[in-house]
Amino acid sequence: MSKLFSAENKAAFSNPINLNNPVAVQVLGICSALAVTSQLAPAIVMGLSVTVITAFSNVIISLLRKTIPNRIRIIVQLVVVAALVTIVSQILKAYVYDVSVQLSVYVGLIITNCILMGRLEAFAMQNSPWPSFLDGVGNGLGYALILVIVGFVRELFGFGSLFGFQIIPDSWYVANGGWYMNNGMMVMPAMSLIIVGCVIWAHRSINKEAK
Amino acid sequence: MKLNTNSNVYTVCYAAVMVIIVAFLLAFVASALKETQEANVANDTKGQILSALGYDKATIDVAKVYEEKVKDNLVENGELKPYDGKFNTTYGSLIKNGELHVFTGTTANGETAYVIPVVGRGLWGGLWGYIAVNETKDKVLGTYFYHESETAGLGARIGEKWFQNQFIGKPIFDSENNVALTVVKAGAAQNDNEVDGVTGATLTSKGVAAMVKDGLTAYKDFLIAQDAAAVDATSCCGACEGNCEEGACQEGECQCKKDEVEQ
Repeated sequence: MSKLFSAENKAAFSNPINLNNPVAVQVLGICSALAVTSQLAPAIVMGLSVTVITAFSNVIISLLRKTIPNRIRIIVQLVVVAALVTIVSQILKAYVYDVSVQLSVYVGLIITNCILMGRLEAFAMQNSPWPSFLDGVGNGLGYALILVIVGFVRELFGFGSLFGFQIIPDSWYVANGGWYMNNGMMVMPAMSLIIVGCVIWAHRSINKEAK
Repeated sequence: MKLNTNSNVYTVCYAAVMVIIVAFLLAFVASALKETQEANVANDTKGQILSALGYDKATIDVAKVYEEKVKDNLVENGELKPYDGKFNTTYGSLIKNGELHVFTGTTANGETAYVIPVVGRGLWGGLWGYIAVNETKDKVLGTYFYHESETAGLGARIGEKWFQNQFIGKPIFDSENNVALTVVKAGAAQNDNEVDGVTGATLTSKGVAAMVKDGLTAYKDFLIAQDAAAVDATSCCGACEGNCEEGACQEGECQCKKDEVEQ
């Protein structure tokens, strides 16, 4: 057991969540961070799907790493990711139909998520399956964390709700004689870019010392 | 023996084997899950029809309520014929082939209603919906709209209740029996048959307007023909909701004050 959770393996898992966060530091996977974060629930599902797919494609590539012909390695990685994503999307459609309707096109977009290709190329091609798995889970969770932060801010200020439940009291709204209005900007994808920017800013100033 | 993973033969064989394995895997998953997925789609479609009838599809047992309340029919020469075939989910192609489905059912409030499926195009992809009309086929009782890929928070809001509920009670036809029900710019709805669009989603709103118009026009034979047959003195005056000129109902002719029902 001690070998399974050596300092190196722990670092493979925990670094991407904070110090080497794929979105905040590596600036990967931004496009989907913009697309699915207007509400919290799809953001979480997207984060979890990416976590599962990064982890398992990392493991598969890591198992195959010694057999993969160097010249077509990117294609092999892409095929593995695409196959996994297709299978996950089929399973979602069969067993959690509502979620798959909400995610619709974004599940397909996981294939083009740079985090996956980035981790496969940078980590799984050089490391054994177990650390690769941890690295995949860590990166997926790091990505999910940013998605949740952005989704939280956007849903709270854009719709006045969280997970679809109204948080801001109805009586505050202008329509009901109050003073509050939902911020329409928050609903637009552009605003999530600004929020991601703020997250990166906060993240870097907190971690100035650690680096 | 160490494999030379850089040789051409190895690379080609590797690619071929990989593709075959992945192809088999995907084909297997797709066929194994197909039935469950189709059942989900059918169930969801039934939920959408019930939603147009005013039920909350999230809180009811969709399959059971559908079984109890809704019947699938085909329109033939403006008359309804019961449809016993397989439950369909792709009304776009059916309407093109002249196979017009109408679902008869009762709304959550117990009113008799006809649900008409409509399909159209939004900004990025397809739109579809169900429009429940009342027994005299001149007013909307409820609607359901959804979309393939409209912008989240903008065009996608046509899928929300506040938008769909605006249609309730709106008259469908103008005085010349053309479909007049339409979606206009947000906040600009003034006439009886106009509905506010979604702010910032003009093209999706226009898509809904076109879908409603085309969809209901395709069913005009059913909506109007039945109307003429149903207009005898009593039902006419009933539809006018007491807006008849005094004594006008007695001779089987009826002039509504508001011109809501045209013969």
